[in-house]
Amino acid sequence: MKTASRVFTVLIFVFLFAPIVILLVFSFNDSKSLSVFTGFTLKWYRELLHDQTTLSSVRNTILLAVSAMAISTVMGTAASVGIHRLRSRWLRATLNTVTDIPMTNPDIITGISLMLMFVFAGRLLGLSQSLSFWTMLIAHVTFCLPYVILQVLPKLNQMDPALPEAAQDLGCTPLRAFFKVTIPEIMPGILTGAIMAFTMSLDDFVISYFTSGAGFQTLPIRIYSMTKKTVTPKMYALATIIFFVILALLIVSNLTDQDRAKARPLRQKRSD
Amino acid sequence: MNPDAAALRSRFRRKQGALLAPYGAWALLFIVVPLVFVAFYAFTDNSFTFTTEHIVRFFTAVSNADGREVRTYLLIFGRSLKLAVLSTLICLLLAYPMAYIMARAGARAQKVMMTLIMIPMWMNFLIRTYAWMTILQDTGILNGLLSALGLGRVHIIGTEGAVVIGMVYDYLPYMVLPIYSIMAKMDVRLIEAAHDLGCNAVSTLRRVIWPLSLPGVLSGITMVLIPSVSTFYISQKLGNGKFFLIGDAIEGQFVANNLHFAAAMAFILMVALLLCMTLMKYLTNRQAGTGGARA
Repeated sequence: MKTASRVFTVLIFVFLFAPIVILLVFSFNDSKSLSVFTGFTLKWYRELLHDQTTLSSVRNTILLAVSAMAISTVMGTAASVGIHRLRSRWLRATLNTVTDIPMTNPDIITGISLMLMFVFAGRLLGLSQSLSFWTMLIAHVTFCLPYVILQVLPKLNQMDPALPEAAQDLGCTPLRAFFKVTIPEIMPGILTGAIMAFTMSLDDFVISYFTSGAGFQTLPIRIYSMTKKTVTPKMYALATIIFFVILALLIVSNLTDQDRAKARPLRQKRSD
Repeated sequence: MNPDAAALRSRFRRKQGALLAPYGAWALLFIVVPLVFVAFYAFTDNSFTFTTEHIVRFFTAVSNADGREVRTYLLIFGRSLKLAVLSTLICLLLAYPMAYIMARAGARAQKVMMTLIMIPMWMNFLIRTYAWMTILQDTGILNGLLSALGLGRVHIIGTEGAVVIGMVYDYLPYMVLPIYSIMAKMDVRLIEAAHDLGCNAVSTLRRVIWPLSLPGVLSGITMVLIPSVSTFYISQKLGNGKFFLIGDAIEGQFVANNLHFAAAMAFILMVALLLCMTLMKYLTNRQAGTGGARA
């Protein structure tokens, strides 16, 4: 049984990593061949660094992801506090259902639905080009918001409601109590929500594809247009760089997780 | 509570109403209204007068395939469902034991395996899919490997099998993670108790572990089925464009600027998925209810 499960685990990870390793190896291949390794080269990386379209799409992606993260984190945190204190059960259930929609609907439907509305609005306003950076930003904020709320709301439910009340008894104004007590208590949820929003925005292709204008290209859309034609190993070089960036981010986030885990027993004792 | 505090509280409540207002307006304008637009476009023609022609076209359009007449879009929709259900089942078969192994491993090993499962998930899915195209191509690595071993060549790219491989690969982590997170929280004593009470491995799995893990299985199924039934990139790359899925059909109409027909197909897909999910939730609730009682 032990060996069987070990073999199974290895097979699963081989399946998951084989394609990535292959891209990695062939990004250094001298020829364009994908089955024969003819020699080591860095020319595809050099080519990538001179590809202005790709580089500007990287800048666009980061600009969009940072903006979408900032807006959805602030609005989502505010909304969570509002939902948390909501008395009407009916209204809360309605809001929760609506919040679930972008997460359970297929991306293609979210993308199409927003695109149809933007196109219609553009026609009403008589715009020649109804899709732009702004429509994409609206779309990204829309699909990021549920992830922020999903992270923040449970933290609010876990929080002892006596804490902000105690702060007010001790002379804080409600606003001050909110920023001094509530926000620090739910901070882990806000941070996780923000990170999720950022990565969702960074990685999104389908919704961006339907809501992007001609002038603004993100990296996933750039990759899409690169893979429409026959691909040069330049794209493998790009994939390799993305892989190592992700690896570094995951390792860093794991390390900070461990620090937090070490700090946690203390915090738990205090709240007991 | 003194009246001052009560006044303070009610003022605070109103402020929190103001906190909710931006999101409420946003959700209405950018979640609810766009869905209304899907229905609106689906049931209107180019001059925005009411018509059912697009919906009717979906159900009745015919074309020739292999010399016989077929209902084009129903065939496409059926194929999408078939491949998505097949991929979801394969994902479940692979992910369930994987999640179980992970949940039973030591704390360090769990952490490492979690990270390893998540790395491919964070890679852009276009790149992941493209990687499989390079592997499965007739001149790709798989065939290179096979012929080097003297096993001949296989033709996979452009078949339904290739599309299923792509779907399983792309969405497997989405099945592993929710099942794992339920299993990691599962009380080991329940399993031990089942053994003590005379259950063998199979009946423990069937009567204790499986019912308890159902919520994770359900969210895993949702997270795999929905993107695979609506994908268009995987089928374009691995199906060589020969395999038309419903996502391809919608995307194709979007590119051709037939927005009303694209909306009609999106509308039908949405309604079908909604029915599917409601039915599945109902069935799982029933099964979880009885299973829980027995366990």
